[in-house]
Amino acid sequence: MYRIIKNKGGCDKTYILIIQEKMRYYILKRLINTIPIIIIVSILVFLFIHLIPGDPARLLAGHQATLEEIMIMRDQLGLNDPIYLQYFHFLKDFFSGNLGTSIKTGLPIKEMLIPRFKPTLYLAIFSIVWASIFGVVTGIISAVNRGKALDYFVMIGAISGISLPLFWLGLMLIQVFSVNLGWFPTGGVDGFKSYILPSITLGAGIMSMIARYTRSSMIEILKESYIRTSRAKGLSEILVVGKHALRNSLIDVVTIVGLQFGFLLAGSVLVETVFSIPGLGRLLIDSILFRDYTVIQVILLIFTLQFIVVNLVVDVMYGILNPKIRYE
Amino acid sequence: MKEEKIKKPYKEFTKKFIQRKIAVLSLLFIVLLVFIGIFQPITINPDFADYDNLLAPPSSAHWFGTDEYGRDLFNRIIVGTRISLGVSLSSVFIGALIGTLLGLVAGFYGGKIESIIMRSCDVLFSFPGLLLAIGIVAIIGPGVINVVIAISIYGIPSFTRIVRSSTLSLNKLLYIEASKSIGVSNSRILFIHIFPGTIPTLIVTLTMRIGTAIISAASLSFLGFGASPTKPDWGAMLSTGRDYIGLAPHMLFYPGLMIFLTVLAFNLLGDGLRDTLDPKLN
Repeated sequence: MYRIIKNKGGCDKTYILIIQEKMRYYILKRLINTIPIIIIVSILVFLFIHLIPGDPARLLAGHQATLEEIMIMRDQLGLNDPIYLQYFHFLKDFFSGNLGTSIKTGLPIKEMLIPRFKPTLYLAIFSIVWASIFGVVTGIISAVNRGKALDYFVMIGAISGISLPLFWLGLMLIQVFSVNLGWFPTGGVDGFKSYILPSITLGAGIMSMIARYTRSSMIEILKESYIRTSRAKGLSEILVVGKHALRNSLIDVVTIVGLQFGFLLAGSVLVETVFSIPGLGRLLIDSILFRDYTVIQVILLIFTLQFIVVNLVVDVMYGILNPKIRYE
Repeated sequence: MKEEKIKKPYKEFTKKFIQRKIAVLSLLFIVLLVFIGIFQPITINPDFADYDNLLAPPSSAHWFGTDEYGRDLFNRIIVGTRISLGVSLSSVFIGALIGTLLGLVAGFYGGKIESIIMRSCDVLFSFPGLLLAIGIVAIIGPGVINVVIAISIYGIPSFTRIVRSSTLSLNKLLYIEASKSIGVSNSRILFIHIFPGTIPTLIVTLTMRIGTAIISAASLSFLGFGASPTKPDWGAMLSTGRDYIGLAPHMLFYPGLMIFLTVLAFNLLGDGLRDTLDPKLN
């Protein structure tokens, strides 16, 4: 393994080992930093029910509940235990998959969640895929034609995409393509076709973001001396841009795509509402409107943990892709 | 002796900024909106109902059409400027104020205070995007004031991070070291010597955040957590309009267009300011 690298890059063995050591240290440091955050976030989400003004048991039992019912509720939820014990039970239950029951529907939360994962996942995947592809391509086109009309056109499009309230974009798309033209269903999930408009809506802002970052990173890279060298060697422009420049700008792009994940999660809440998609985001909003606090708690924790894990993965990947960061 | 011409930073800035026509145009649009928001024409009654024209499409009598009670949409959008801009501007300013203070303190004092502040920011950042605001509203309940609180909290960590990093780099400069060595008090160094240095980055972030805050406030209203649907608020109007999709598309189009144009103006202004204030980018 080392020999291959040595022959290729001309590095000696100790150098590689130092880099590997630093990499390991970097990943470890990043992991250790994440643990307290996960703990604090989980405490905050746990405290959620306690932060709402009023007695949690009364809140959960509903307004018409008798004193006796409230007492039973207290007992059932373990609200008579000391608060730290309640927190440990909450964590233990969450990670062992015992998510409790909904206080409004009485159904186990796990059963409520399982069918909701698929629509949200599909929506997220479709959106991020088309947004990344189109974002990178338009960003490159813009950078290569810097200062020309095409560049202006793409950049105006990108800043408009960032400024669009995505629920409005969704509503307009429904109006034009579903109501007026009748090409797509107005909502719900019924096959691939019903995901097209929601994915366009959710991906538009992310695509604009990616296009802007790809452009600026590409512009920087095209100034580098190794690009000049490749041009001087007589490589075709497609090879220079598509291979040498793109490879390096992708490092930044990967980070941006990762960072957009939070936008994707929050956006899915809005898009699922606009298109009546029965996903996790829609369930969260419904639970808030119906004051189904136990369900809100679980979904918030799932969303936040997902976000933290994705951020961690992006950071580690950035460290692997970009050697400069390891020396910090 | 020839007098040396001193370049005043403010003049330099104005000169450069005026060359950016799109940014200037955006600024004018924003000034107009703020003017409308403050000095609303008292002749306009947003609740006047013309029952003969329910859900009427745009016409010469009703430029943007009417809603389900026959209320003129143009009037409601004009009057709605106050709530919609008021919510986003106040929440961004509150967030900026708290965030800047925390950032200055974290960057200047370092040590334990810094770790506590920055870790708290990390925690706030670990709630994905708008979900933090949604979570806060879920706890404190819906309503305009609560939306302002939620969006303010949501904005704090971005300001803290940016101000902290400017403070850190300014803190290393010679003039700060000089002030320290002649015994200038910490609060004086922070507010008189360091804070002005953070203003350029702060202004750019502030402008950009206003755009985000408008979208966040509109999103919360749209989800039913913001202004009550009876109030003329752009997001709430969209939320009502959603029930009449297909029947009265103008009810969706115009309030959304207003949100879009306002956010676009703030973003373009922010871009222009950044290009003017940050010489590295030129």
